[in-house]
Amino acid sequence: MFRYALTRFVSLALSLVVASLLIFFMLEIVPGDPAAYMLGLNASPETVAALRTELGLDAGPVVRYLGWVSGMLTGDFGTSYTYRTPVAEMILDRIQVSLPLALLALALSTLIALPVGIWAASRRGSLADAGVMGATQLGVAVPNFWFAMLLVLVFAVQLRWFSAGGFPGWDAGLLAGLKALTLPAIALALPQASILARVMRSALLDTLGEDFIRTARAKGLTRGQALRRHAVRNALIPVLTIIGLQFSFLLAGAIIIENVFFLPGLGRLVFQAISQRDLVVVESVVMLLVFAVILVTFLVDLAYAAVDPRLRRPH
Amino acid sequence: MSLLEIRDLGVAIHGTPVLRDVAMSLGAGEVLGVIGESGSGKSMTALAVMGLLPRGAEARGEILLDGTDLRRLSEAQRCAIRGREVSMVFQEPMTALNPLQTIGAQVAETVRVHRATGRREAEAIARATLDRVGLPAERFPLGRYPHELSGGQRQRVVIAMAIALRPRVLVADEPTTALDVTTQAAILRLLRRLVDEDGLGLMLISHDLAVVADTADRLAIMRGGAVVEAGTAEEVFRERRHPYTRALFAASAHRPERLARLARTPLLEVRDLVREYRVARPGFFGGHDAFRAVRGVSFTIRHGESLGLVGESGCGKSTLTRAILGLEALQGGSVALEGEGVHAGEHMPRALRARMQVVFQDPYGSFNPRHRVARLVAEPFHLLDDPPRGAERREAVEAALEDVGLAPADADKFIHEFSGGQRQRIAIARALIIRPKLIILDEAVSALDVQVRAQILDLLADLSARYGLSYLFISHDLTVVRAITDRVMVMQAGEIVEEGRTEAVFAAPAHPYTRALLAAAPVLELSA
Repeated sequence: MFRYALTRFVSLALSLVVASLLIFFMLEIVPGDPAAYMLGLNASPETVAALRTELGLDAGPVVRYLGWVSGMLTGDFGTSYTYRTPVAEMILDRIQVSLPLALLALALSTLIALPVGIWAASRRGSLADAGVMGATQLGVAVPNFWFAMLLVLVFAVQLRWFSAGGFPGWDAGLLAGLKALTLPAIALALPQASILARVMRSALLDTLGEDFIRTARAKGLTRGQALRRHAVRNALIPVLTIIGLQFSFLLAGAIIIENVFFLPGLGRLVFQAISQRDLVVVESVVMLLVFAVILVTFLVDLAYAAVDPRLRRPH
Repeated sequence: MSLLEIRDLGVAIHGTPVLRDVAMSLGAGEVLGVIGESGSGKSMTALAVMGLLPRGAEARGEILLDGTDLRRLSEAQRCAIRGREVSMVFQEPMTALNPLQTIGAQVAETVRVHRATGRREAEAIARATLDRVGLPAERFPLGRYPHELSGGQRQRVVIAMAIALRPRVLVADEPTTALDVTTQAAILRLLRRLVDEDGLGLMLISHDLAVVADTADRLAIMRGGAVVEAGTAEEVFRERRHPYTRALFAASAHRPERLARLARTPLLEVRDLVREYRVARPGFFGGHDAFRAVRGVSFTIRHGESLGLVGESGCGKSTLTRAILGLEALQGGSVALEGEGVHAGEHMPRALRARMQVVFQDPYGSFNPRHRVARLVAEPFHLLDDPPRGAERREAVEAALEDVGLAPADADKFIHEFSGGQRQRIAIARALIIRPKLIILDEAVSALDVQVRAQILDLLADLSARYGLSYLFISHDLTVVRAITDRVMVMQAGEIVEEGRTEAVFAAPAHPYTRALLAAAPVLELSA
């Protein structure tokens, strides 16, 4: 198990190095001068020169890459050109919204999807199964911002249980913060839950056809016992894969939902930074997201090994 | 009264009858052998006894356990009987165990499902049962996972799960079919011992007369969903009243008439062949270890000769085959076909590949199900520089199909429209179409029923005589190897331990391993 984790960890570190090189040199390859690009067409040569010095562009690319990486390792992400504040601070601000939102949505999605998927699989071919399949089909097809608007109309406008948007900050209390994130999390979770429930169902149906389920039944287990004790855990591998992918998506892909609910999240930060050509911010946020995705992949790999003893030792 | 009595059992799946008026009985301490070819209804009878028939199946008739009709019980009552009174062992040990649970947990589960025992006590019973089936604690602690065990060991775990609560009836559906001969013999001995010790009633299902012959007290021979002949084993073996029984016996011992002429000239020469694989590193920074799958093997096949290769799984047979075909890079030695060197990869000329063809065990898995037979059979033509086209190509395909006893019109069908035996004929037609010199038959008849197997063996003998073909015949089935080969090689742990004329080796095996293999192989006594 330890060796498995170690090899996974080494590959994680290598992926990070490759990703940072890609991100850095992609912006490097872009034709033209980053400073000129950031300032737009009408900038005077003096302003461009000043920005070049400020960004440290006069040094060679290797020196600047090393400076960038070592800066990130010590928590210095540079200074945003547009806002004139340290990027690290901005990210920290935004991640306080994005991370809880993604986790909340993921938890909701998993809590809904797994029982629903298991329930549908155990009643394969029944009306209940058909109902679940129809509902999840709809959930996959309908975009999440439409759910978002529907939720706002019902729970914010009509029932007035939640506010229609905005984020009071965690200073206003845990409850207030969670309350502001509830509707966006539901809107994000519904399509994800639909996908996950379908994956859970089909993985479980595959597993139920396996020989060892028949063996379990021959031991005297009821259909339900065989499903719970032998099928569910065996069906988890594809489900874990999807959960990992969904978390990465939820962290960065919530731009539209953040806009619908006026949430100051990472998605909006990247969006704004791109439209304002703030390359320093873009570079850092993208690197952070890549780090998150790779970290999640690593955790999913560890989860595989926790589920399946065959993965714990290499063959 | 018998322990288990099946009366007038009929099963229909979605209205199609698969069992008709099946009747058989099994006493305590007795082995009932149920024999039949695929589709004869053996497994369906077993599943009906367990109450585990597939969806859409409808049963009628009676299945009496000590006079109680199991079919009248509720599902909950049947669950209480399954695993405690009536247990089952399946054919495929590799997939019969849950890969995520330890063997201890899985054996203990049988106990815990039926008895209100604590974990400790259930584990103690599991331990004792595993000891009983030949998996001692020192080498097989309860914490072992199935993937750490071999096929035979896994089958012992499945048997332990089935007998943990000392049931009265054990249904074993082809329990040794997927195993090597020596493992098969050991598992059959184990089952027989359990019958004698516990007074268990064993229903032993097999397609192989020889497997059942040594073990069974009573026999039931099934065909097309019905029992055609039943009685004590002695009676059935002696009298063979039903024509089907006679046909089955004849096919099991069938030896094709072989008229191929042996030339003196060598066709395939293998010299000191070595194939190594790199295995996982023992430490994080350690070097790679090499596993020698084939350790310096040498042999020659002459024109028109049929050479047998026998050995148990993992002995290196398949690796050797792949090396001969030029599919594996060698770490030493050489392979030459008619003096021309065989090398893996791009260096091997297509014309050389065209002289060797292969037929595998699974006739279904080796065909693309979306292509018609005409295209499948014509596939090897890409090895020729100037392959026939148009009408000529079609003629070649039809001729090849006729060579293997199929109709020219079969060229327009898809592979799923054929039976297992016909598929294997198509595989042979595909190998034959470019007139190779050597055909490697890798367990090519192992998945076939005995009667079909006999026909395919006849076909192979006939083709060899007509076209001067040579065969490398790889099989774990010693009876078949004896029937179809001139010479035989016995392989163990990557080495050829014995080689000689087939009859001589079978009559007087020199190497201890050959002797062990021959002793383990079930033999059908036909003189009886």
